[in-house]
Amino acid sequence: MISARTCFAATGALLAAVMAAVPANAGEYRLTVSTASVEVDGRTVEKMTINGSIPGPVLRFREGEQATITVTNETREPTSVHWHGLLLPGVMDGSPGFNGFMGIAPGTSYTYTFNIRQSGTYWYHSHSGTQDQSVLGAIVIDPAAPPSIASDRDYVVLLSDITPENSDRVLHNLKADPGYYNYRKRTLGDFLRDARRDGLGAAWRDRADWGAMRMDPTDLADVTGYSFLVNGKTPDENETFLYSAGEKVRLRLINGSAMTIFDVRIPGAKMKVVASDGNDVHPVTVDELRIGVAERYDVIVEPAGGNPLTVFAEPVDRTGYARATLATAPGMEAAIPPRRPRALLSMADMGMTHGGHDGAQMNHDHHQMMNHDGHDMMNHGDHQMMNHDGHDMMNHDGHQMKGHEDHRMDHGPGEHRNHAPQEHRGHEGHGSHNMPDGMKAAAAPEGEARPVGWASGFPPDAKVLAYEDLRRHHANADNRAPDRTVELRLTGNMERYLWSLNDRRFQEASPIRVRYGERVRINFVNETMMAHPMHLHGMFFELENGAGAYRPLKDTVIVPPGKSVSVILTAREVGAWPLHCHLLYHMVSGMMTGFIVEPPETAQGGITPDGAILPLAVSHEGAAAHHGGHAAHGGI
Amino acid sequence: MKGAVLLSVPLLAVSLAAARAEPGTVAMDHGTDIFRKIVTELDYAARDGGQWRWHVDGWIGGDVERVWLRSSGKVADSEVASAELQLLYGRNVHPFWDVLVGVRQDPEPDGKTWAAAGVTGLAPYFFETDATAFLSTDGDAALRLKQSLDIPLTQKFIAEPHVELNVYANDMPERGIGAGFSDVELGMKLRYEITRKFAPYAALTWERALGETASRARAAGEGVEETALRLGIRFWF
Repeated sequence: MISARTCFAATGALLAAVMAAVPANAGEYRLTVSTASVEVDGRTVEKMTINGSIPGPVLRFREGEQATITVTNETREPTSVHWHGLLLPGVMDGSPGFNGFMGIAPGTSYTYTFNIRQSGTYWYHSHSGTQDQSVLGAIVIDPAAPPSIASDRDYVVLLSDITPENSDRVLHNLKADPGYYNYRKRTLGDFLRDARRDGLGAAWRDRADWGAMRMDPTDLADVTGYSFLVNGKTPDENETFLYSAGEKVRLRLINGSAMTIFDVRIPGAKMKVVASDGNDVHPVTVDELRIGVAERYDVIVEPAGGNPLTVFAEPVDRTGYARATLATAPGMEAAIPPRRPRALLSMADMGMTHGGHDGAQMNHDHHQMMNHDGHDMMNHGDHQMMNHDGHDMMNHDGHQMKGHEDHRMDHGPGEHRNHAPQEHRGHEGHGSHNMPDGMKAAAAPEGEARPVGWASGFPPDAKVLAYEDLRRHHANADNRAPDRTVELRLTGNMERYLWSLNDRRFQEASPIRVRYGERVRINFVNETMMAHPMHLHGMFFELENGAGAYRPLKDTVIVPPGKSVSVILTAREVGAWPLHCHLLYHMVSGMMTGFIVEPPETAQGGITPDGAILPLAVSHEGAAAHHGGHAAHGGI
Repeated sequence: MKGAVLLSVPLLAVSLAAARAEPGTVAMDHGTDIFRKIVTELDYAARDGGQWRWHVDGWIGGDVERVWLRSSGKVADSEVASAELQLLYGRNVHPFWDVLVGVRQDPEPDGKTWAAAGVTGLAPYFFETDATAFLSTDGDAALRLKQSLDIPLTQKFIAEPHVELNVYANDMPERGIGAGFSDVELGMKLRYEITRKFAPYAALTWERALGETASRARAAGEGVEETALRLGIRFWF
């Protein structure tokens, strides 16, 4: 399995690693991207690395200082490093094709300089093609003022996934056979078991509904074969975080995966969530949380007694796990908790339900159920299901599906509640009438019954972080209603492995343009059956989760299957910013667009006050989503 | 052996095309917007002094435009009984459907050349579906319909029922074909995917001549029905 210790890096990379470990000045780092032999799942394979290891070094900064980071490309292909979540001039964002940055050509260096305007937990990764699965590392920025939440220990917990396969080969396999990596398909045996349990008619109708849509309810993750790592360490290597009894330990959870959404828990301890995507929130104590690709949560753990505790992260498709240990001495370990059963998606995950509808309604030629304009098939009229448990957000969903733009605009700030991923656990969001085993299954081992629906499978008494729980530490200054709403439908066709926004792949799409200072709502409407962690570069957005003026700031938000999530922002970061799904193979397949914040009218001479080059545009050449394309020519 | 030579033609063409689309060992090599999937099946039945069949079907291209390559044929008793090659341009027109146009050449039995046009894609309930119409330079018109379905028995053991039906607008006496439905094949293939890309299989196939074509076969003293157990390999790249 992989570890920095088994990397045979080029001499230059090792030298650079030493130099990076001892920065010349505060805020100054040298990073080298090189190819190294690493061991993954028992196989020695070539991977791109930062400073010879996966992940690269943790970069530490202090709010207010200047960062100077020189990245040298010792590989034979163009690369780039993007600083995820950092507020900076566009050309320093490190996204090829945006703001005039065209990547770092082989054999050259690029020096990033920018002022650190924030604090918290961030990360960096390549934004070229499929490189980000191995070219990544953590960023920790100390606040200028003392932190609002004190801790005795402070650790980075960088979760990642890695496959021995060549990442480009993975994309080719997905394009040739989107089910290539799914070895959890429903078999004839599953059908017979379901028929015995639910009756032949119900089992048949269920298969018919999915078959009519040509979709697969076992499609929780596109790629399998991953090993799951904490700070580059496998479960066997057991990354250990030392503490002394009575101490408060801050864990900076970062999901640096290519494709994996994790459920994280520490059996025997509560996690107090104190920050989300780098921004402090009102502490909320939870048993578990679901962390999407590229999201970060800072949690405080106060282990009782001196017993070791397992930090356990299971991918949603339950194909393995990552673990680390909180211990008072090296070498200690706690039990690995039993693995949770894998969920099966339900019709409700796509805004559909069996309840009372004529199955044939879905059969009509609507291919790709998700991709049509008329949402009338979405069954929004079925208020029996919508109002289940009195969830007002279900009604919102209905409104959005109907596309009542003006109605949606009536919601003042804070009233526009979202679907957080966790709120659909158990039966409450799903209309349990159609899935009678929904709750029971949560605790049952796989094979007997499987939990149904996105984010189910938690024990009923567990407190799971929901987006509604997140309240910013202090109130937002700008609480104006949005000037306009940008509707962004998350679209795709799993059968061809096509992913897009508003039915257009990156290379076909025109960027979204907003005025400087404009208050913009982005309404993500997920019309696919997969969850998409949507990320906007260059600025934070406020998650509209009902927290009023305390809407939490985030840069990445999970939009669950068939659900809607809206965010709001004031456009003050001039530049051309990527807006994309952070699932690697979705992004490179086209699930990306440009979000351009036009400069204020005071800008002169083709350069904006913060250095963006005018006119702002997006080059499809070279950008990650134009996979292959001509990124190879993008150097300098 | 003439059959081996003929068989090598489509395989060579496919290999050459595939070599151009080989993804680099580094992620961002040139031209990786080009993907491909070319499925080859080759099987044997112990009848007619040894009967081989091959079937190649696949595409090379991007998300929207693709070049399709198809070939099929039969070698019986060391003689090539039939062989055809198709080269088609395909364009995605619907999430699940591509429209194809191109040419078909039949080296055996008679060297006939056809124009081909059709659709291919995934019908509701996951039926892989092909419908192709052919018009020969001699004015013959034909239609071929094919469907198959993958049923996972386990994650690696896949049952694949399939059906093929041929229809002709006119008689083709030199091929023993009469106008109307000419023949149908029903089969059940069981394959074991050692990897997704490589699977041995066993297939039970039942072929039957229909209508006027069957009458002609009977008149010529030939059988109209053939059941065979076939053993073969399926691979794609």
